[in-house]
Amino acid sequence: MGLLGKQTWEFTNGVYVQSSGTAVGPRENLGLLKGTYDYAYEDLHCNEDNWELAERALLRNAISTTLKKADKNVEDIDVFLAGDLLNQNVTANFIARELQLPFLCMFGACSTSMETAALGAQLIDSGYAKLALAGTSSHNATAERQYRYPTEYGGQKPDSATFTVTGAGSILLSSKKSRIKVKCATIGTVQDLGLKNPFDMGSAMAPAAAYTIVQHFKDTNTTPDDYDLIVTGDLSAVGAPICEQLVKEEGYDMSGKYNDCGLLIYDRDNQEVFAGGSGCACSAVVTYSHLFQELKKGTYKKILVAATGALLSPTMIQQKESIPTISHAVVFESC
Amino acid sequence: MEFVYAFIVGGLICVVGQLLFEFTKLTPGHVMCIFVVIGSILDGFGIYDKLIEFAGAGATVPITSFGHSLLHGAMAEANQHGFVGIGMGIFSLTSSGISAAILFSFIVALLFKPKG
Amino acid sequence: MSGKLKSNYQEGIKQYQPKKHVLRNCIRAFLVGGFICFLGEAISEIYINYFGFTDKNAGDPTVATLVLISSLLTGLGLYDKIGQFAGAGSAVPVTGFANSMTSAAMEHRSEGLVLGVATNMFKLAGCVIVYGVVSAYIVGMIRYAFKVLF
Repeated sequence: MGLLGKQTWEFTNGVYVQSSGTAVGPRENLGLLKGTYDYAYEDLHCNEDNWELAERALLRNAISTTLKKADKNVEDIDVFLAGDLLNQNVTANFIARELQLPFLCMFGACSTSMETAALGAQLIDSGYAKLALAGTSSHNATAERQYRYPTEYGGQKPDSATFTVTGAGSILLSSKKSRIKVKCATIGTVQDLGLKNPFDMGSAMAPAAAYTIVQHFKDTNTTPDDYDLIVTGDLSAVGAPICEQLVKEEGYDMSGKYNDCGLLIYDRDNQEVFAGGSGCACSAVVTYSHLFQELKKGTYKKILVAATGALLSPTMIQQKESIPTISHAVVFESC
Repeated sequence: MEFVYAFIVGGLICVVGQLLFEFTKLTPGHVMCIFVVIGSILDGFGIYDKLIEFAGAGATVPITSFGHSLLHGAMAEANQHGFVGIGMGIFSLTSSGISAAILFSFIVALLFKPKG
Repeated sequence: MSGKLKSNYQEGIKQYQPKKHVLRNCIRAFLVGGFICFLGEAISEIYINYFGFTDKNAGDPTVATLVLISSLLTGLGLYDKIGQFAGAGSAVPVTGFANSMTSAAMEHRSEGLVLGVATNMFKLAGCVIVYGVVSAYIVGMIRYAFKVLF
């Protein structure tokens, strides 16, 4: 175990996904991956009184499914890692309060899914935890109301905007052999090429994804041919082709193997989601449901999931700052 | 005929706003502020009243008329009380609109939950 | 990392931007904005003919009525859909002002009636009032000064 190349962690002692759980809102279950999720709420409020409670309900549900599938109780877990998009990470913190587990709160914006998975895997690999629970969530309304406008505001979004996924995903990691192995993870570096438009996150995050993916190939001495699928978290229709081009310019041609969770999740022709999905839950629910199912089925044997996050705040945007972004990547293998 | 002019003038003012949305990085808040200031300036030159005569609601419904009303009320009081009158009269013509917005926003917030 | 796109990123990404639909959006804005003003004209006529208002003061109840309609549409969850379609056509008329206040008030209900609803009501509309008043003051001062001096 240890550091591979510049910023990749290799988990040689064997880290495996024991189980995973996902919960989504109504619009996600009308999308392209309908039916692949563990639970879908029919109402955006998730039967709660306000949006923030609804987001907590999603994360609670995903974690409950995860534990049930692995036949474990909360007390069996050694460490909980989670984060979300909201100020002070309230969803993660308040769920941690319920779980009463040793807790590492993390913020990577929409890259939190792979950030928490990477660190969880590392704690298992290094023997600092036997069972690690990693999770993340996002909700369209909580994100809108914090980062942009009130949900009933009649503002017009441009076609480059992305649609925050309402959902939550969590995984349980341990060293016990299972069908899905966590092979290694590449920790990202913050990238910022000066973009300032909060309605075009894809263009802002593409360099971060490209950087992490290229660094991953260099650290592990691999090429796109070694993977069946390389997915980014939420670059969507605007950012995904940019990322592919940036990676190609570094000498790695991902054509035929590359996709993006923001494009996989929604039916852009029939759902008003502009450029595609975004949010912490985007990469989480797509990876922990659909992609894991495909790994188990044998459609893919080895995948690289690079979750991408935009580390902006409304105040920074108003102060005319550009948008720093980051991407963390994890390799999942079927076995 | 007033109806046609109202439609056309109101529509054109909105098109100016839309062009600002399309070709600049200005947010709706910025554009509304610009329009209100323009309304106020046009009334300063006496132009906005003529537009209202011509287009009726096509000029009174867009947010530009808010700027016009603020200035109009201010000038009416200024004629009576001098410079001090500007402050006295500013909200006199806009009272109805702002009060309605506050009251109805409050009531609707009590009765309805956002749907997302 | 080197490469053509990265070295000139802000220029280079322009080709990846989704196609603009300027004409379509302007036509939508024109039609919806025009319709709202048409509606305002109709409401004015009703107030003049049936409620004894004059041309001069029918504007007040007309604006109040449009504000009521807009607040209701916001409460029913319809105004945001109209807004996405119409853009400036629904933002520029006074109905957009009412929507900005109502939507903010509704959104912050969970923080209570005082610190939530009341405090946040002017979150989006406040700038319009501030700039309106400041510009009216300045223009008013200049206009009055001209009047006194000439």
